[in-house]
Amino acid sequence: MAEELAETLPRSPGVRPRSAPGAVLSRAAWGLRAYGFIAAMWVRSTMAYRASFAIMLAANFATTSLDFAAIMIMFAQVDALGGFALPEVAFLYGTSCVAFGLSDLLLGSAERVGRRVRDGTMDVLLTRPVPVLAQLAADRFSLRRLGRITQGSLVLGWSVLRLELEWTPGRIAMVCSMVLCGAAIFGCVFVLGGAFQFWAQDASEVQNAFTYGGTTLLQYPPTLFGKELVRGVTFVVPLAFVNWLPALHVLGRDDPLGLPGWADYAAPFVALLCCALTGLVWRAGLRAYRSTGS
Amino acid sequence: MADEGGEFIDVQDLTKTFTVRRRTGLLRRTAEEVRAVDGISFTLRRGEMAGFIGPNGAGKSTTIKMLTGILTPSGGRLRVAGVDPWRERTRLVRRIGVVFGQRTTLWWDLPLRDSYGLVRRMYRVPQARFEENLARCVELLELGDLLDVPVRQLSLGQRMRGDITAALLHDPDVLYLDEPTIGLDVVSKARVREFLRTLNAERGTTVLLTTHDLSDIEQLCKRVVVIDHGRLMYDGPLAGLHEVGRGERTLVVDLERELPPIEGLTGARTVRTEGPRQWLAFPASASAAPLVSRLAAEYPLVDLSIREPDIEDVIARMYAR
Ligand SMILES: Nc1ncnc2c1ncn2[C@@H]1O[C@H](COP(=O)(O)OP(=O)(O)O)[C@@H](O)[C@H]1O
Ligand SMILES: [Mg+2]
Repeated sequence: MAEELAETLPRSPGVRPRSAPGAVLSRAAWGLRAYGFIAAMWVRSTMAYRASFAIMLAANFATTSLDFAAIMIMFAQVDALGGFALPEVAFLYGTSCVAFGLSDLLLGSAERVGRRVRDGTMDVLLTRPVPVLAQLAADRFSLRRLGRITQGSLVLGWSVLRLELEWTPGRIAMVCSMVLCGAAIFGCVFVLGGAFQFWAQDASEVQNAFTYGGTTLLQYPPTLFGKELVRGVTFVVPLAFVNWLPALHVLGRDDPLGLPGWADYAAPFVALLCCALTGLVWRAGLRAYRSTGS
Repeated sequence: MADEGGEFIDVQDLTKTFTVRRRTGLLRRTAEEVRAVDGISFTLRRGEMAGFIGPNGAGKSTTIKMLTGILTPSGGRLRVAGVDPWRERTRLVRRIGVVFGQRTTLWWDLPLRDSYGLVRRMYRVPQARFEENLARCVELLELGDLLDVPVRQLSLGQRMRGDITAALLHDPDVLYLDEPTIGLDVVSKARVREFLRTLNAERGTTVLLTTHDLSDIEQLCKRVVVIDHGRLMYDGPLAGLHEVGRGERTLVVDLERELPPIEGLTGARTVRTEGPRQWLAFPASASAAPLVSRLAAEYPLVDLSIREPDIEDVIARMYAR
């Protein structure tokens, strides 16, 4: 009888039995669609207050600009940081900033797992027929986070004009891949940070230091830091693939570690690998969820 | 439907233990097992309406969370519509509606109308069906003026009515409500109860609600399941519960010191003692005045209060039997 009953349950793309081939993909597609309409709802509701939205956007732009302002101030004293001139530093800064901005816009809310678990609203997400990650990431979707992206793009655009490099299709593709793969990897960090909170509910702060600290680190040239640290960052946290290796390649520099040449092109593979791993960890975290007593 | 007439909800020997880690020192932590649900069995037919009642911490919410697939059971067997809720959660949630009394399933910053729009898309409810269901709930729960108000500005009673509507827009087969009347004013309580009665009678929706308020059960359910400390104390018609403890009021007596249970008072018997405090049950029809004056004359009385029967008393009497 159980089988019969199972037959009567509704079938739709998001809800095939787990074992079916393609189930993961159709679930992901349904998750993306759901993400889209939830995010759209939030955008519509914030657009009802245009003035306050404009102020938030400007504030986001201004506060995220402070990082680059700090770099500018440093360059008022010296001509180069670790052998990098201002346009080169701006290039590093711009790519990492846009990548981070994109992931923050799309997945920044995914790290609110801990709070959700504590206030019990994670239970609510689990009672809806939409993947939890899609609901969580789209929650409070806010275009004000475009501020950071705009700011990063301006810096990047300026550096591209000043770098005096020959913009071959290969270089352009490399820059695009840097931004997209970087966004994917930062996104993974957000989601991983969220997933770990299923186990350790107070991990939110640890993770914060991780991502935000991570971007600041990436915005300075690698030779500035010790070799060991750089090595650690490259291997332990794949964040360096966001920026350093491809950037050095684009700028026509040698990397301080002497990694083989193919490492410059590894970013898309690293990004894919990160996404797959992150997916598995997220799933495991969700399975470990044990709600909260209240 | 294939499960017509069969057991819609089938719970056998269900248990749930939580491991709770406590800080006992600067670095020391001890792990402790909490048996939130401890071997509960019951079944519910399609279209039935049952009340799950027990004091705070009895394990009601935990049971609901297992029935909805939020939590995995630590032991026992659990089937809803023939499937394991946790393993088949994403499929089953389309057929169930859930209302949590203590937290909203709506979006705080969105007006009700937008929240419902999101619910419609999440459950892929056809537009016509959605509008029909919404109109019905809006009328019966009197939500008309509230549709454009952000959830955060609603009162508790209004919010609860909004939550119930959200849980019913996709025509679920079963509605779970965890403490739907907690903290509500009298008017809202009555409206919610009336609505649930109609829903069950007219639509045949299976309803399982938890409460620690006896009057909810009295006005709503013929069938009650009483649990305490994770264990099943009673499962049957409401009338049976009346035999155990209804029709009696309780005199809570605080004495100057710990004394043996008070005896020899005609018409009253001690049902529980705890230090200097004693609980005396007496018929609801009798006057408390003679009892109180005799107590005051014969015992070192500090304080005293009269309580209408509540679930704690009913359970205390179940243990006393
Ligand atoms: N997620 C959890 N983690 C640890 N302990 C829990 C959790 N949920 C419930 N408990 C404990 O289990 C017991 C039963 O809780 P609950 O089911 O919420 O009771 P009720 O809803 O009947 O008041 C309580 O002692 C509670 O502290
Ligand atoms: Mg509860």
